[in-house]
Amino acid sequence: MKTGMLAEAGKAIGTATRARPKRRVLPLDYARRRSIQALLAGIFVFLYFPIVALVAFSFNNSRRNVTWQGFTFDYYVKAFNNASLHEAFTNSLIVAGVSTLISTALGAMLGLALYRFRFPMKGLVDGWVSLPIVIPEICMGVAMLAFFAAMDIQLGLATITVSHIAFTIPFVAVVIRARMAGFDQSLEEASRDLGAGQWQTFWNVTFPYMGPGLVAGALLAFTLSLDDFVITFFTSGPGSTTFPIKIYSMVRFSVTPEVNAASTVLIVLTLTLTVIAMVIQGRSGKQMVGK
Amino acid sequence: MSRAIVSIQNVSKLFGSITAVDDVSLDIAEGEFFALLGPSGCGKTTLLRMLAGFEIPSSGRIMIDGQEMEGIDPNRRPVNMVFQSYAVFPHMSVTDNVGYGLKVTGVPRAEIDKRVKEALALVKLDGYERRMPGQLSGGQRQRVALARALIKRPKVLLLDEPLSALDAKLREAMQLELVRLKNAVGITFIIVTHDQDEALSMANRIAVMDRGRVVQVASPAELYEFPNSRFVADFIGKINLLEARVAGMENGRLLADAVGIGRVAVPFSGAAKSEIGLAVRPEKVKLDRSEPAVGRLKIRGRVREIAYYGDESHVFIEDGAGLTITANVPNDARTTQGPVAVGDEVWVSWAPADTLVLTE
Amino acid sequence: MQDWRKNKLFFAILMAPSAFWLVVFFTIPLAIVWVYSFGGRGPEGQTLIGFSFENYRRAVEWIHLGIIWKSIVIASITTAACLLLGFPLALAIAFAPSRLKNVLLLLVILPFWTNLLIRTYSWIAVLRERGFLNFGLEWLWDRADLLFTFVGMPDLFGEFQPLRLLYNLPAVVIALIHVHLPFMVLPLYATLEKLDRSYLEASLDLGASQWRTLSSVTVPLAMPGIATGVLLTFILSLGSFLAPDLLGGTEGLMIGNLIAHQFGPSRDWAFGSALSFLIMYATFIVLWIRSTVASRSQTGLGI
Repeated sequence: MKTGMLAEAGKAIGTATRARPKRRVLPLDYARRRSIQALLAGIFVFLYFPIVALVAFSFNNSRRNVTWQGFTFDYYVKAFNNASLHEAFTNSLIVAGVSTLISTALGAMLGLALYRFRFPMKGLVDGWVSLPIVIPEICMGVAMLAFFAAMDIQLGLATITVSHIAFTIPFVAVVIRARMAGFDQSLEEASRDLGAGQWQTFWNVTFPYMGPGLVAGALLAFTLSLDDFVITFFTSGPGSTTFPIKIYSMVRFSVTPEVNAASTVLIVLTLTLTVIAMVIQGRSGKQMVGK
Repeated sequence: MSRAIVSIQNVSKLFGSITAVDDVSLDIAEGEFFALLGPSGCGKTTLLRMLAGFEIPSSGRIMIDGQEMEGIDPNRRPVNMVFQSYAVFPHMSVTDNVGYGLKVTGVPRAEIDKRVKEALALVKLDGYERRMPGQLSGGQRQRVALARALIKRPKVLLLDEPLSALDAKLREAMQLELVRLKNAVGITFIIVTHDQDEALSMANRIAVMDRGRVVQVASPAELYEFPNSRFVADFIGKINLLEARVAGMENGRLLADAVGIGRVAVPFSGAAKSEIGLAVRPEKVKLDRSEPAVGRLKIRGRVREIAYYGDESHVFIEDGAGLTITANVPNDARTTQGPVAVGDEVWVSWAPADTLVLTE
Repeated sequence: MQDWRKNKLFFAILMAPSAFWLVVFFTIPLAIVWVYSFGGRGPEGQTLIGFSFENYRRAVEWIHLGIIWKSIVIASITTAACLLLGFPLALAIAFAPSRLKNVLLLLVILPFWTNLLIRTYSWIAVLRERGFLNFGLEWLWDRADLLFTFVGMPDLFGEFQPLRLLYNLPAVVIALIHVHLPFMVLPLYATLEKLDRSYLEASLDLGASQWRTLSSVTVPLAMPGIATGVLLTFILSLGSFLAPDLLGGTEGLMIGNLIAHQFGPSRDWAFGSALSFLIMYATFIVLWIRSTVASRSQTGLGI
């Protein structure tokens, strides 16, 4: 009896040691290799440390210090009461709002056309409309400056907005095209088969499917416009300072916690919009397939 | 049986909370053509991938050629694999693909050239040396994958659903081809398949798997004629199944009351629970216009439907109580008129010895 | 896909507004700069239209060539570093289990959506003389000093001298790597993610080591993604303006700053246009290379 129990216990221990998870990594499970993990950790520290430090030290109760002196909202209050920052922020919102409206409409139509139609020299047109995404911003910035000067147009919020529309159209088009890639064209055929006309089909079948893509595209355009520095730098004139331009001029003078506070506001705003856009895209994708 | 080249001992594999392979033990002898057969999701591919080293058993151990495989990376195992997608490197020519395994292990150039030539001859691909995979058909790509694995002279060749991507005609030809190759090189083949015809026609021995467990290991004929469970009987070939209640044993015969027939006596050794299944293969069922001889198991019914397949017809007979029996009738006379027609009253019958007693 | 002739009206309605906008507010401005690049500078800084290669000749004068060459070197180092860091990162993400994959992807994308200006200037606080990096180094220095004092060697190190990490070339390179790493990782990830992993398994199965598999199978098959990532990173970092402007000092000037200077204080738009178009030509060449790589990988390799 006793020996039996001992044998049982021994067996239990035997299975226990065998069942203990051995740390063996599958051949292609690179993310679980220690060396790769160390590299990944290093990369993410590199990517995040400067930004996280900037955000954290916007709450630091000291003007110029790399050590923590206590928590404060003072610099947010100061930034908020800074009239020129205020004005710059309003300018940014106006530019981003107007340019988003126009570029979303135009970009969506372009994306739809590129998704839908086959036409001569399509490859070339494709390359042309994606050029604003690819070329360095400085090239586009000086081109816009030269253009407005040649046309004798006064630089101001209007010139900034026009330029922002030009460079956000391709981004919206890309988003819409990606969205439409998942569209089942037989839905349109079914609609036509059931007696709907071409326009009815578009408004009742195609357009609703585009919806989430439109929202995502609009949020992308808004963020890009809000964030843009280089192109805005060349197309803004006196009295049309945007938020990034204002931050730039403050940074050139000195990096203060006040600038960090203003920057943090911009970071939080754009990240929120981005996350919303991603959630909308992700969820609508799942809903539409019915999962 | 000669010594075990592969020994799988109490191997289990869990993915999170899902048990993909559940306490499997198998010994595969040197020179066997062994098949792992089962429906998709039964764990057969996971088991094969554990042999190759692409999955790690959660518990249990695997021995290949007497060597413990725990902790040995795929590139150091004495086995090679033919992938379901073939995985022929698209950026290398046929020669480079076939020679790859030798090149990466530092075999001298001259030796590689010689063995590539042999391997290509073996799979009948001579003349295709400089082709790129994009220029080959599916069947040819598979031959490249075979040559590439065989050139390594592995102890065991693992084949993961090797014929599933081929069309029906080519598949049949490749079945014969694989058996020929197996006999030519003499090494152990382990093939994973969900296709019973493939397993039955090629393998010496088959392990039928269901939900992570091995249900039965036997030769093809044994599996077909003596399945040990309803699952195996149903998965391999077709059966007519009658539920029955055991009434007792009488000098080596099992007495049971079957639905639709009544009291029957069938040869049986072993232990049975009170509820069993009695089954018969459709080709063992006879059709008669008049009542069959005493001693046969028989049911009277009406022909409901006939499915014509050319070489044979499947006749579906329904008795009054809603029981359907299928009989496969060979079309051995050259006529457009079958032996029976829909609506005919017939007797179906089979010999007691042809009855499968399914206790599981 | 529909032929445009089948539905001309709808096609025209969809295409016309964007086409108009991109012609007027993108193509014509670029054309103007292109024309300017052959012009000259008037006595009061106005731009004269003409046809000469004078501006391009000036660009390769010793003083400017130095900056162009430095820009190319900076862009190359940045690209190489991004590839070296980005490939293992993309590989790990592509083959990670799906939940971890999403988290890692998000971690790569988030900085991408943080303002370029802010990301660039955030390095000032890290690299400046009284910045985080020097602070950390000083801390280590003091610990080491203390340790040597313990073993009987006091004041071996002396006082910590903060390193000059800002307003030089390495500062620019660091910030450019930081800014452009996602541009490298995302195309690499997109290619590796689509890659059938049984190619890698087959290589391992045939006896190749992980390194051998990487060099003989993974890298060649990921070539389209590598080409996209490398070319994109190179062009974008070549045209950088902010990082050298904020972090480079006089040592770290790049073409972008030279261009901005021509359109700003120097008021030599013709020369600035020529410099700008040097980058544009490089961009066109790179796009052309990319499209040939893409078409070759589609036809020749049968991927």
